[in-house]
Amino acid sequence: MSNQTTDDIIVCEGVNKWFGEFQALKDVSIRVKKGEVVVICGPSGSGKSTFIRTINRLEEHQEGRIFVDGIEMTNDIRNIDMIRREVGMVFQQFNLFPHLTVLQNVTLAPLWVRKKTRKESEAKAMELLNRVGIVEQALKYPGQLSGGQQQRVAIARALAMEPRIMLFDEPTSALDPEMVKEVLDVMKTLARGGITMLCVTHEMGFAREVADRVVFMDHGMIVEENTPDTFFTNPRHERTKLFLSQIL
Amino acid sequence: MATDISQPRTRAPRPSIGVVEWLRQNLFSNWWNSLISIVLLIIISQVLWGLFRWIIGSEGWIAVASNVRLILLGRYPSAEVWRPQLIVAMASLLLGLSGGIWRGIPLSLAAGFSGIMLLLGFVSFAMPASETPLPISTTLFLFGTAALGAAGIAAAWRLRDMLRWPVVAGWLLLYPVAILILHGSGGDTTIGTNLWGGLLLTLLLSVSGIVLSFPLGILLALGRRSKLPVIKWFCVGYIELIRGVPLVTLLFMASLMLPLFLPAEVRIDAVVRAIVAVTLFSAAYLAENVRGGLQSLPRGQTEAAQALGLNPVQITLLITLPQALRAVLPVLVGQFIALFKDTSLVVIIGLTDLLGAAQAIYTQPQWLGIPGGVWRETFFVVAGIYWVFTFTMSRTARKIESNLNVGR
Repeated sequence: MSNQTTDDIIVCEGVNKWFGEFQALKDVSIRVKKGEVVVICGPSGSGKSTFIRTINRLEEHQEGRIFVDGIEMTNDIRNIDMIRREVGMVFQQFNLFPHLTVLQNVTLAPLWVRKKTRKESEAKAMELLNRVGIVEQALKYPGQLSGGQQQRVAIARALAMEPRIMLFDEPTSALDPEMVKEVLDVMKTLARGGITMLCVTHEMGFAREVADRVVFMDHGMIVEENTPDTFFTNPRHERTKLFLSQIL
Repeated sequence: MATDISQPRTRAPRPSIGVVEWLRQNLFSNWWNSLISIVLLIIISQVLWGLFRWIIGSEGWIAVASNVRLILLGRYPSAEVWRPQLIVAMASLLLGLSGGIWRGIPLSLAAGFSGIMLLLGFVSFAMPASETPLPISTTLFLFGTAALGAAGIAAAWRLRDMLRWPVVAGWLLLYPVAILILHGSGGDTTIGTNLWGGLLLTLLLSVSGIVLSFPLGILLALGRRSKLPVIKWFCVGYIELIRGVPLVTLLFMASLMLPLFLPAEVRIDAVVRAIVAVTLFSAAYLAENVRGGLQSLPRGQTEAAQALGLNPVQITLLITLPQALRAVLPVLVGQFIALFKDTSLVVIIGLTDLLGAAQAIYTQPQWLGIPGGVWRETFFVVAGIYWVFTFTMSRTARKIESNLNVGR
């Protein structure tokens, strides 16, 4: 593995991806340290979702190398499985399993992937549901919950696998405005708890408050990355300035 | 006109009109509507009166009454009737136990079944001895079956947790055990499937068809979505080939052409051949329905499961298949109802199922004296039997659906 320091938990080197003729990612390279919170922003179609989806192989990259926690992402199914155990993911559309209760959603992976006992997984699940503040809904079905509650369940479901890295793919974009805060609050608590986080989001308040670094992507490339302070007060590129002027 | 919003209504206004007003608005709103209504009323009442007189007065019912065994069992030997009776009794007990354990839908099915048995028991008891070919044991059997069902409910009500797994095992064993009992132990007591008929054969064909085509259809649906080209194209080919031909041709192929291709020593039972044809046919349709269900799931479901680290088999069994089957449940039930009725096509290859029994009855020479024959009465009863089963299936399915919709 090429010059990776022990601190880096995610290393991407020259990642390229095409959808047919369209190049979605162009030479994306980034290093993320353990415990770092990175916010990725950019206009729609800039490749930010595609990028974080390559990290747990929901999208396959065609060129370049990706290392997660020292494991290289290859076509080997064992590597993919190992990486997916380290990486939790939260989606824009929650993607809870509608035929399972909240509790079953959260215990599913610990039971079947980690092969824990039912008792163990349920205890852990209740603890997590308590942490995201919806323990009293444990026996309901996802369809009976509000969007904000569903997204918090989705966060608990991902955390149940005890991942070292959490990926958030626009977690608040599908929520009604009054529910955004409850999800962001959970994410902030998580960020302060020391887990490594990659968040694709347009919540600049969140970025300012908890991010260690903000990455701006456009046309499949990383245009600029910086600390939130510098990023917001003193952006270097014209495209970054234009983007910030449009969303702030 | 300004709406008064200071006093909100507690609920939406509900139109309430009397019967007379409803009639006036809907049936007699003007002179030609009234005319049509009156003409239709006359026709309907004529039909109903005719039907009533026919049901009360027809002599043809005797043909049905004296052929109950033919309708239910075909030419199954009368000395061996205890075998199907034993199976019905076992099923009734299992149904009762299931009702007691799981309540809800199984309970209403168990209660309904026992109720029908009880009713039939009274009917058979009340029939005048001169007219009835039914031995007294039939009455006892019917009452006994009803009692077993009730006893099962009562027993399981108390011993719920103890009986759960034994009852599941019982249901799984019922089908093979029933075949063994019906077929006999070999030697002189063997009852060949050529003697099985009537409702027994119809149920055998449809239960086998449903039970066997269900897993086969699911495998075909999954195979058709497979990434491996060999599996995929085999499934596509199979489905398109089978769906492209009528069931009758499959039955003919199975019954007439298959023996030609096989060596003379290899003889496959006619009923088995019919079951195979029905199963293969049904599986192709089922596969397409299940595939539709799988297709309707959002991609995010699979992605979320992948992100959690579930493997493809787990994703199929725990996430996609359960949701797909739920989504297509109404279609599947519709298909099973169609299958149940389609089994009547085996008449064409010489099997005497429920419909075949009806044909056998109205062609019996002893009814020649009855004016107009007895086919109306026979088909009426047989259609009634088909209806009872299909109606039960569709009602049960609707209840399951509404249960599954909880929380969605």
